[in-house]
Amino acid sequence: MTNEVAVQMVDITKTFGPVVANNKVNLTIYRGEILSLLGENGSGKTTLMNMLSGIYFPDSGSVFVDGVPVTIRSPKDAFNLHIGMIHQHFKLVDVLTAAENIILGLNEKAFIDLKDVRKQVAQICDRYGFVVNPDKKVYDMSVSEKQTLEIVKVLYRGADILILDEPTAVLTPQETQKLFHVMRNMKDDGKSIIIITHKLHEVLEISDRVAVLRKGEYIGDIATQLTSAQELTDMMVGRAVSLNIDRPQCEIKRECLSVEHLSVIDADGVKKLKDVSFTAYGGEVLGIAGISGSGQKELLEAIAGLQFIQQGGSILYSSAEGEQPTQLVGRTPRDIKRMGVRLAFVPEDRLGMGLVGSMDLTDNMLLRSYKDGASPFANRANPRNLAKTVVEELEVVTPSISTPVRKLSGGNVQKVLVGREIASQPSLLMSAYAVRGLDINTSYTIYRLMNEQKMRGAAVIYVGEDLDVLLELCDRILVLCAGEVSGLVDGRNTTKEEVGLMMMHLPNKEVEA
Amino acid sequence: MKIDHKKEPIIRISKRVGIQFWKSWLIRLAAIALSLCVCALLIFALSGLNPIKVFGTMAKGVFGTQRKLMNWVRDTSVLLCIAVGLAPAFKMRFWNIGAEGQMLVGGIAAAACMIHLGNLGMPNVVLLLIMASASIIAGGVWGVIPAISKAYLNTNETLFTLMMNYIAMQFLLFFTPIWEHPAGSNKVGIINSVTKVGWLSEDQKLATPLIMLFIVLIVTVLMFAYLKYSKQGYEIAVVGESQRTAKYAAINVKNVVVRSMTISGAICGLAGFLSVAGADHTISEDTAGGRGFIAIIVAWLAKFNTFVMILIAALIVFLDKGAIALASEYSNYNLTNDVADIITGIILFFILGSEFFINYKIKFHLGKGKEEIA
Repeated sequence: MTNEVAVQMVDITKTFGPVVANNKVNLTIYRGEILSLLGENGSGKTTLMNMLSGIYFPDSGSVFVDGVPVTIRSPKDAFNLHIGMIHQHFKLVDVLTAAENIILGLNEKAFIDLKDVRKQVAQICDRYGFVVNPDKKVYDMSVSEKQTLEIVKVLYRGADILILDEPTAVLTPQETQKLFHVMRNMKDDGKSIIIITHKLHEVLEISDRVAVLRKGEYIGDIATQLTSAQELTDMMVGRAVSLNIDRPQCEIKRECLSVEHLSVIDADGVKKLKDVSFTAYGGEVLGIAGISGSGQKELLEAIAGLQFIQQGGSILYSSAEGEQPTQLVGRTPRDIKRMGVRLAFVPEDRLGMGLVGSMDLTDNMLLRSYKDGASPFANRANPRNLAKTVVEELEVVTPSISTPVRKLSGGNVQKVLVGREIASQPSLLMSAYAVRGLDINTSYTIYRLMNEQKMRGAAVIYVGEDLDVLLELCDRILVLCAGEVSGLVDGRNTTKEEVGLMMMHLPNKEVEA
Repeated sequence: MKIDHKKEPIIRISKRVGIQFWKSWLIRLAAIALSLCVCALLIFALSGLNPIKVFGTMAKGVFGTQRKLMNWVRDTSVLLCIAVGLAPAFKMRFWNIGAEGQMLVGGIAAAACMIHLGNLGMPNVVLLLIMASASIIAGGVWGVIPAISKAYLNTNETLFTLMMNYIAMQFLLFFTPIWEHPAGSNKVGIINSVTKVGWLSEDQKLATPLIMLFIVLIVTVLMFAYLKYSKQGYEIAVVGESQRTAKYAAINVKNVVVRSMTISGAICGLAGFLSVAGADHTISEDTAGGRGFIAIIVAWLAKFNTFVMILIAALIVFLDKGAIALASEYSNYNLTNDVADIITGIILFFILGSEFFINYKIKFHLGKGKEEIA
């Protein structure tokens, strides 16, 4: 890290309607440093970086690059200033190859010399330690490969200042280490890197300096060496927060769900789950770990009656001790509800499955209970009260309960969904990526709610991606790899490495990572 | 590389976060006023006539006499009825463009009852009830066929409902020679013109249009309540937004699609009954006359709110009738029916365009420091 200033943002303000996303933010970026931009959801991190990369235009304030005042009106302007951003949602064309994606939009000449592009790409890869096959189609790539391609694309365009928006959210621990490795190489080459992330241990591991935003305001910056996770959290949240996740011991323990030989084939004929067997107990949190797309989604949907289950599978649900278990295979969600199975499900796709985006909070609460009562008209009085309760107890930030949920921020959307699901007093609560994209405060609220349900005696199934959280929160962890169970470990005496390894390998055979 | 352009974007568009009710209607009214100004300029440019006078002619052509006024009420009722029928289908994102055919089979059913049951001597009220039921059932059947196919075979409802229109038309061509009157005219002619059996009312001038309006307003209110407050209406809204959410919420999507399309087709069938028993007393290719498609515009402009549909349907029928009045009054001034269509187009364009200004805010940056907000 040098003391040479690369970019200086001065008094940047950006508003969206009445919402102030950035309020007079000042940020300095030095040459050859890795800067972490830290803040809760909605604190304005991405907005600030979008202004630097030409997606948004600030309402007021100025930007200096190498000491010269500049106006960045489009991503093209940003590229001309050697600023490049790797967005959370990749901006790649699926049907094109890596090389084609790299030169897309550059059209400087009528004819494209792909050979030359390949050579330059190979040079970039050699220099920083990337692995990119220039002729591979994007649709054949894994998430990690796509991300690598995005970075190479930005470097190819000559970026000296790279912005990475939550790059590790979609990576396994091993992939994250690879990414950090190339980030260090780039830094050594004199590039400035800004990384937006929620994960504190990553901030501490990779960055030289941390800048903190809170509710659109710039709180301050600090050298990473001089700080700790606790201090950063306090800066970010604005008050002291406990970083420990509780794992209370529950006295109640009864068999709630017994899954045996469960196999699922999707509409394209691809096997998503293969001979999965496990048992979930009331009074415990069963974690499910795995690289994304290892069958977690299908497993939960199969239990909820939303997947077609292959012959020979069995899902037995027992509502109470000593009662005859009910078979859930071959039942629709309607049947399951009618049989009195108290099942709550927080799906991964919150607005596409769990909630109706265009409807307000009341009508979304109604989703689970609209059929109650004999009247042909839906009773909105109870859902309205439930909406009020959820808003109050979970501190949902919303203008009113008649606001469409689509207009709420991600964390608040999730609170509404989880609030509704636990209101039904479930005996089985399933959640998929319940804290994805949520800030620390909201995440801890969700962990607390999961624990509350566990202490009530409910069986909680928690599909997660952050291994640290899984290890702290869950009583047992079921590890899935390519649709099969690769291990079942006790959360109290396992390690991140052990689980990480199981995520990549089945016990008997090798699976390509 | 150094870039030192200090130009700021001149126009900035940003999303509005909620707008007051009165403000959105003010924008809509302004849009209509503005569209009338543009129309006035166009009329003046084409014909040199005083636009105010021309608008006056339009108004006189629609409201000038009781007969004209009642025709306006009558046609508005039929158009509104079809639009209300489309509401449940469209709210479910089932693109029913088969209202034309559903209305036509409803009309055929009504005409069949009039012709074949008209001389049995039953009370007129009973016959009318039978006719209405037959129309509703026929329309419902016409609506449910593409729905079943969509629900169980996942066919494209747009194509299917469209094709059903042509089948309905062929049915009519099949029945026309059978019901032909007078012989050789190749038309069904006025049914029961002497006995007036199966007519909504003998008083064509006042009672008939008012009865039609009354029936359609009842349907409008019922549909509003159905969509907004009933459990089935809630299911329609959820299915329309996301089928995955609907399945998650234990809604039987297939049932909802079939049920809602039956209702949609049935109400369009009722429009066919109103047209035959109330307005025309005959059945022909003009019974629907493209209104099944115009109703789509009505339903969309009203955003499937059935009460707003009343206003839109009234406006569209007014424009249509006003245009005819213009064409006959100023036929030697270059103002033909086509000009009237252009006027209709301009007004609809402005109404649709106003939605942009309701959803977005536009800021102009004129030089330094000057900001103007539109």
